[in-house]
Amino acid sequence: MSTLAPADPPASSWAHAWSGRRRPPLISIAGGLLAAGLVLLPLVFLVIQAQRSGWGELSRLLLRHTTAVLLWNTVRLAFACTILCAVIGVAAAWCVERTTLPGRRLWAVALVLPLGIPDFVVAFGWVSLEPSLHGYLAAVMIMTLSLYPLVFLPVAASLARLDAGLEEAARSLGLGPWRTFWRVTLRQIWPAVLGGCLLVTLGLLAEYGTFEIVQYRTFTVEIFTEFKLGFDTAAACGLSLVLVLLGLIVLAGELALGGRGRVARTGAGARRGPPQVRLGRRWTALVLAGVIALSGLALGVPVGSLVYWMVHGGSTTLPSASVLTEAANTAEFSAAAAALATALAVPVTALAMRHRSRFSIAIERLAYLPQALPGLVIALGLVSFSVRYAFPLYQSALELIVAYAILFLPLAVVGVRSATTHALVPLEEVGRSLGRRPIAVWLRITLPLIAPGLGAAFALVFISSATELTATLLLHPTGVNTLATQFWTYTTDFAYGAAAPYAALMVAISAVPAYLLSRRMVRLARIGGA
Amino acid sequence: MSRLTVTGLWKGYPAQPVLRGLELEVPAGSLTAVLGLSGCGKTTLLRVIAGFERGERGRVQLGEQTLDDGHSFVVPERRGIGYVPQEGALFPHLSVEANVGFGLSRRERRGGAVAELLQLVGLETLAGRFPHQLSGGEQQRVALARALARRPELLLLDEPFSSLDASLRTRVREEVNALLREQGVTTVLVTHDQEEALSLADTVAVLRDGVIVQRGTPGELYTKPRDARLANFLGAANLIEAAFEDGIARTSLGALALRRDSARPRAAGGLVLVRPEQLEVRSRGAEQLGVRSRSLERTAVADGESAPGSSEDALAGIAGTVEQCRYYGHDALLHIRPEEPHGAGLLLARVHGEQALPAGALVTVAARGPVTAVEGEEPCEAPAPGAA
Repeated sequence: MSTLAPADPPASSWAHAWSGRRRPPLISIAGGLLAAGLVLLPLVFLVIQAQRSGWGELSRLLLRHTTAVLLWNTVRLAFACTILCAVIGVAAAWCVERTTLPGRRLWAVALVLPLGIPDFVVAFGWVSLEPSLHGYLAAVMIMTLSLYPLVFLPVAASLARLDAGLEEAARSLGLGPWRTFWRVTLRQIWPAVLGGCLLVTLGLLAEYGTFEIVQYRTFTVEIFTEFKLGFDTAAACGLSLVLVLLGLIVLAGELALGGRGRVARTGAGARRGPPQVRLGRRWTALVLAGVIALSGLALGVPVGSLVYWMVHGGSTTLPSASVLTEAANTAEFSAAAAALATALAVPVTALAMRHRSRFSIAIERLAYLPQALPGLVIALGLVSFSVRYAFPLYQSALELIVAYAILFLPLAVVGVRSATTHALVPLEEVGRSLGRRPIAVWLRITLPLIAPGLGAAFALVFISSATELTATLLLHPTGVNTLATQFWTYTTDFAYGAAAPYAALMVAISAVPAYLLSRRMVRLARIGGA
Repeated sequence: MSRLTVTGLWKGYPAQPVLRGLELEVPAGSLTAVLGLSGCGKTTLLRVIAGFERGERGRVQLGEQTLDDGHSFVVPERRGIGYVPQEGALFPHLSVEANVGFGLSRRERRGGAVAELLQLVGLETLAGRFPHQLSGGEQQRVALARALARRPELLLLDEPFSSLDASLRTRVREEVNALLREQGVTTVLVTHDQEEALSLADTVAVLRDGVIVQRGTPGELYTKPRDARLANFLGAANLIEAAFEDGIARTSLGALALRRDSARPRAAGGLVLVRPEQLEVRSRGAEQLGVRSRSLERTAVADGESAPGSSEDALAGIAGTVEQCRYYGHDALLHIRPEEPHGAGLLLARVHGEQALPAGALVTVAARGPVTAVEGEEPCEAPAPGAA
């Protein structure tokens, strides 16, 4: 860095861009660039692959009647599901947080738990019991039942942290309870509602397994079919670009509607909790029936179905050792992906928090981008890249691991960020002034202090990778199966009994964080309400 | 132990420099306080000296070694400068012992250096504790022991006492001061608390708008501040309009002797500084011990250079009314409104606690001892409250 003495007072120069702080260490810059590069790689090769067949061909492909049908199918599903999730999520959260509903603690956990069941397992649960379920309504029902916790969770947390003073002030200013809810409470929880809806919509755009099971054609299903069965990479990539565009529109829409906070932050503030609405006997019965029905449909049916098939399985005789092999593969890939994503998240977070500049902000935004990218799109981009330019990578374990790492990089960044506070900086400075070199300071001070965040990041990515289906189907090494792919093979062969143990194992893996999340909410509620 | 020299130091964005050509000398073995309001650049200065940030221009030198001159730059870990940040910044995941030993080699740690340091700060029984189990004062002392562990040539303290509550602050301050004196380490203390700066430091340097506006012993700064702002910043002050003539300032309080060693006023008229404890207050009508009326002008001039308070000569003074009394126990600060012909604004007078007078009391006020001419035209209408 040049800090040559400029004129008096120091004249402006580009060198001053860094002058407020020290230049970020090279390793952070390199790590940040690598993360950004990995996120961009699939997108770039998606575009390259799509235009390979020529823009004329591409536009012919995209302007087909099929595309319009897919768009209509995808959009009407997204609208219906998002609105249903919002209504159910907000209503359930309000009942659990703000009323005298009996067993609130229990319901707070039970209503979050469906988050721990992969969507395609929910679909499996329903369809294996009732094979006639298919089409639009089946898709809406199943997706709503598996995604509403994404709204319920942040809204409940936000309601628990609401300051009672606001609503009391509104009431004292002459507003009735309903108008208070609309004009005060809803305003307060609005970012949480929107943040939840965003996740729901993006999840819908990315979903493949469920729609395949209920035979409902969306973009993702069509892309998968074009690529896997039609071997038409150009068409698949072209449609993927439309899907990416849809994701970006959703993101922009969320920003435009004022959803600043992605997921409600769950800091524990010991302030006076909002008052609870006393439900009469009739309302208690009604609300209770509602939450029982909701958790019965969302949790009871899939779990019951799994149990049923586990017990009555036997439609296929399979060696019991097989589950262990697939479990080991899954664990191996997921652990490697979690390690990679966490390692990439560290420099991204360090740059974003310590060396605020246009460069570091761009890197951070890119790291969050995969949130809006379906796993299928990322997988397709990687395939396009490896088939053309790095064939040894094609369908290698490394490619699958990289795909997971890209796909779940946002989760890793969130996890690492939660543990990286500004309070670290003075500690590191003191460490330097005590004669330790930067690397020693990082190992002895920074690393131990951010370790919990690294652990959280690792766990989040591990669990998400272990239950990922779509990208895995495209990228898993030939002959090497994971829990998800083996489950899928059995399910598509209607060997439900054989599929059940795989699904059960995946549910077991991802139920842990769902349970922990709901516990955290209960703790919050205890601070806020009661 | 080395002398620190900072010359022509610039730092910050060109449009908004934080430090603008700052000059600072810290003699070897001394304790220098850098005193300034928050946002004046104190912390930035410390960070440049410690090497956490680079100066834009200028030079930082410790003894013979150039630390930063815009070209060469010594990284923090090679500077041998101890640093105690605000709130201590103890490593939360390390015990007291490990914190103190952080900068030491394994051999030094085995050799009992840590125990010695803990003994030095009186915390030998807390070696196994973790930072969150310590009180604020204990944390501060651990941070100090940690910084002293490597026998730094220079020690930097960034508002080390501001996070402690008032009762603890005085005690910890005294302990730290004693320790630093004992170790004889060159120290730069940054603070916004004038009382802390005046009571602890050998030298006080006042930082304002990115430059050191005045540097001197606490006594010099208190009695002979360069300008009116500084006078107010360093303590409660009466700034009174005066006409200067031949070593005498003619004011509404009468003719007062100007300090002989202070700079001669440049203009024919200006402000003089009269500290509240230089005002003598008598209840009007009531007899007061040891007070005789004398010829005002003669005694004031003759009083010349004698220290305030040692004078037996009290002055006739002017009449006024007490408007407000701030009672602090050991003393009290009276706000006195002079009667009309004298015209001066509100006067601040400090009297012994037992001499506190209620609002509305009629008094006579007289100035004692020599006064200092200061630059700046702000009359002291709004006194700095609470400066006990």
